[in-house]
Amino acid sequence: MRSSTSREDILSALRAAEPPAVPLPELPEPGPLPADPVAAFELSVRAVGGEPVRVPDAAALPGLVRALAERLGARRVASAVDLPGVGDVDLQALPDPHALEGIDLAILPGLFGVAENGAVWVDTRPLAHRGVFVVAQHLALVVRASEIVSDLHAAYERIDLAGPGLRLFVSGPSKTADIEQALVIGAHGARSCTVFVVG
Amino acid sequence: MTAGHAERAARFAADEPRAHWHDQALWFVRLKRDRMAQAVPGWEELRERAARIKAHTRSHLADYLEQFERNATAHGAVVHWARDAEEHNAIVHRILSGRGVTRLVKSKSMLTEECHLNPYLEARGIEVVDTDLGERIVQLAGEPPSHIVLPAIHKKKEEIGELFHDKLGTPAGLADPKQLTEAARGHLRQKFLAAQAGLTGVNFAVAETGAVVVCTNEGNADMGTSLPPIHVACMGVEKVIPRARDLGVFLRLLARSATGQPVTTYTSHFQGPIRGGELHVVIVDNGRSRLLADETLRGSLACIRCGACMNTCPVFRRSGGYSYDWIVPGPIGIVLATARDPVRHASLPMASTLCGSCDAVCPVRIPLHDLILARRRSAARAGAGGLAKRLTMKVAGLVLGSRTLYVLAGKLARGVGRRAPRGLLYGRWNAWGRQRELPPLPAESFRERWRKERAREVRRG
Amino acid sequence: MPRVALFIPCYVDQLYPAVGLATARLLERLGCEVVFPEEQTCCGQPMANAGFDADAAPLARRFVEVFAPYEHVVCPSGSCTSMVRNHYDGLVPAGPGLERVKRSTYELCEFLVDVLGVTRLEGRYPHKVGLHQSCHGLRELGLGTPSERVLPPSSKVAGLLAGLEGLELVSLTRPDECCGFGGTFAVAEEAVSCLMGRDRIADHVQAGAEIITGTDVSCLMHLEGLARRRREPVTFRHVAEILAEATA
Repeated sequence: MRSSTSREDILSALRAAEPPAVPLPELPEPGPLPADPVAAFELSVRAVGGEPVRVPDAAALPGLVRALAERLGARRVASAVDLPGVGDVDLQALPDPHALEGIDLAILPGLFGVAENGAVWVDTRPLAHRGVFVVAQHLALVVRASEIVSDLHAAYERIDLAGPGLRLFVSGPSKTADIEQALVIGAHGARSCTVFVVG
Repeated sequence: MTAGHAERAARFAADEPRAHWHDQALWFVRLKRDRMAQAVPGWEELRERAARIKAHTRSHLADYLEQFERNATAHGAVVHWARDAEEHNAIVHRILSGRGVTRLVKSKSMLTEECHLNPYLEARGIEVVDTDLGERIVQLAGEPPSHIVLPAIHKKKEEIGELFHDKLGTPAGLADPKQLTEAARGHLRQKFLAAQAGLTGVNFAVAETGAVVVCTNEGNADMGTSLPPIHVACMGVEKVIPRARDLGVFLRLLARSATGQPVTTYTSHFQGPIRGGELHVVIVDNGRSRLLADETLRGSLACIRCGACMNTCPVFRRSGGYSYDWIVPGPIGIVLATARDPVRHASLPMASTLCGSCDAVCPVRIPLHDLILARRRSAARAGAGGLAKRLTMKVAGLVLGSRTLYVLAGKLARGVGRRAPRGLLYGRWNAWGRQRELPPLPAESFRERWRKERAREVRRG
Repeated sequence: MPRVALFIPCYVDQLYPAVGLATARLLERLGCEVVFPEEQTCCGQPMANAGFDADAAPLARRFVEVFAPYEHVVCPSGSCTSMVRNHYDGLVPAGPGLERVKRSTYELCEFLVDVLGVTRLEGRYPHKVGLHQSCHGLRELGLGTPSERVLPPSSKVAGLLAGLEGLELVSLTRPDECCGFGGTFAVAEEAVSCLMGRDRIADHVQAGAEIITGTDVSCLMHLEGLARRRREPVTFRHVAEILAEATA
């Protein structure tokens, strides 16, 4: 089989070409958590075009999400966060990822947020269809206020990539600047990205 | 002999308002990069770590690729190996045709540009749609990208408006980036929904976990791999990194260096296929093992394709991506193109002033201007520039190497220059004098004046 | 009294004798004994920069022989100084002579600041001056912090100039972009070279500079050539000329 030969060829060519061993450096220490982590995170979310919303407690969340859906004019709403009275689309019931098209707003849980860049770590494994975060017209992420880390070094200290699946950082809405460097929000994915910071 | 970079650059620069517009657009990106870099404590140290992680990885590249293969396979990916572009294209085609795919959506991958995958697949009946907005623009225009991160940076919004009017049926005269982007969104969403497979590049492949990491702002990689069941990810052997935690270093550098953002919108870690689907990872050599064997040039394998060296390069900004005649232009392109085909790209090592700005922005500290100088050396050894240049250098070396000849030649040249009529001095032969006055030609050199002054002082003293 | 051997690059010797004389005067005024080793010709940069190492090597070897006896070698050019310090390895056989010359060779401003410890020169120069930071001095010798780097801002050259009474350093929109000279680049890529140069001049002119200065005559020669052709309202002085004139 040609590909197995190619594999051996490539690996042996690389081994023959490899320079003398260079040690793997230590990683930088994570930066200190800002004095007000939530405020720093919210500032970063805003800087990347997202909309941070502070939620005093979990009980207030459903109302705020409903208000968001109303403001966006979202008729079809899918929520992977348990919110009473929110969401009329059951992701589990969708036969095929193509049925994600037409969802106006998706609400997904974020595991933690990163203060330096406004990114939210999202695990798509529990979702019936992993692409909901990008196919939905608008995205809302829910992060606990206690779950903000300083920077990406801190983030990767807590990220566990065991097992298959798609996991990702989402930092703000989909965007492009491919036409004359003019920033346009809503390229292919979410036209807006609201981040609810709870607690 | 075909025209070289200088001729192509001269054509670009001849349209001065446009060259300035291009220069300003990229300088703006450079300034955004500066602001972002300044805001990160320990930025220089971060670059150093990134360089060292890459150096370490290069010294164990085969082991890390095997580790990556093991872990990716354990998650359900199928790993393929391609020695060259032809084999890469054949593998991708075999995957697609074996599953009846006739409609492919692609997110950005410089590797597939390098391999000329699109025409290969199109010739075999597969529709290939580039989905990055900039790439889609140049694809519709029938052009290659002119910049690795900003593929359509050479195009004005009015030109894109015309193109979209022609190809996508947008209203004539529409030139608003927002409305044009909206039109592309609608057009491409249909393509995403209709696609049977999605192809992506790979920013990083994590050996320790088997993850393929893809960074986009638009979300096109995620869209293209979450609707159709088949995901093909193409990567050069140099994309592998040891640990997931190393991503902390590279991701902090990548988007800040590329576009002046703190991170890309989507940083997706793919481990295994979509539920019920397939993930194929194609690992490509295509000259990289040769580069690794080259003691001087192997450092260029560290490149994470941020494009910062292009944005900062004063020559690139005023000569445009196409002047390099290679898929990766700019300073890193000079190194990679000449390593691949020194004869075809013989003019590229001169397409730099060696100002060193590229070295200073490079997030993985590739000593780019030193490597460009090294390419000049090997070009000179190979006889580039022709006999005339070799002879000039030889004669100059001989004259400058002898005090007597040097003093004599200097005196002679200044004497002739001072007396020659302007028409002769500024003849066609004089490339310096086309736009520039010649320097003053003093009657006496420094050493003559020095000697006289000292003699006077001695007499006086 | 430090004894200084002048390293006057070939094009300064032949085309800009005043810059060499200003360098000598300035050093003498600061208490140096200045000598000019007449055996010197060229450091080899024109050939090495074009990739012709074999033609540059004899010049580099000659340079090391000529200058090895001196404790301090001072040059009114960042680019030629960098040639010696950063690019002689491989051209000249390794040995104490090469190491000594690499250590002893200084660009003028860095010699004033780093060796003589000059922080401020007593002098007056009532002009608006634009500083062109030549790339090799800035990025290879580290005469200052390039705008790309995240390091504390500094500039030895600007520091010396700013200390002169009446001198106003104008602020540029691009503080250290290359002028486009680049050795053989200036003719091999004439179109881009000249466009870069004109852009630099325009930046200085809009900032109100009457005089453009710098550490390297090569860059200034290129810029002045463009400015004179286009009759731009600006003149050119090497930094040695300004410092010597101001302290006269």
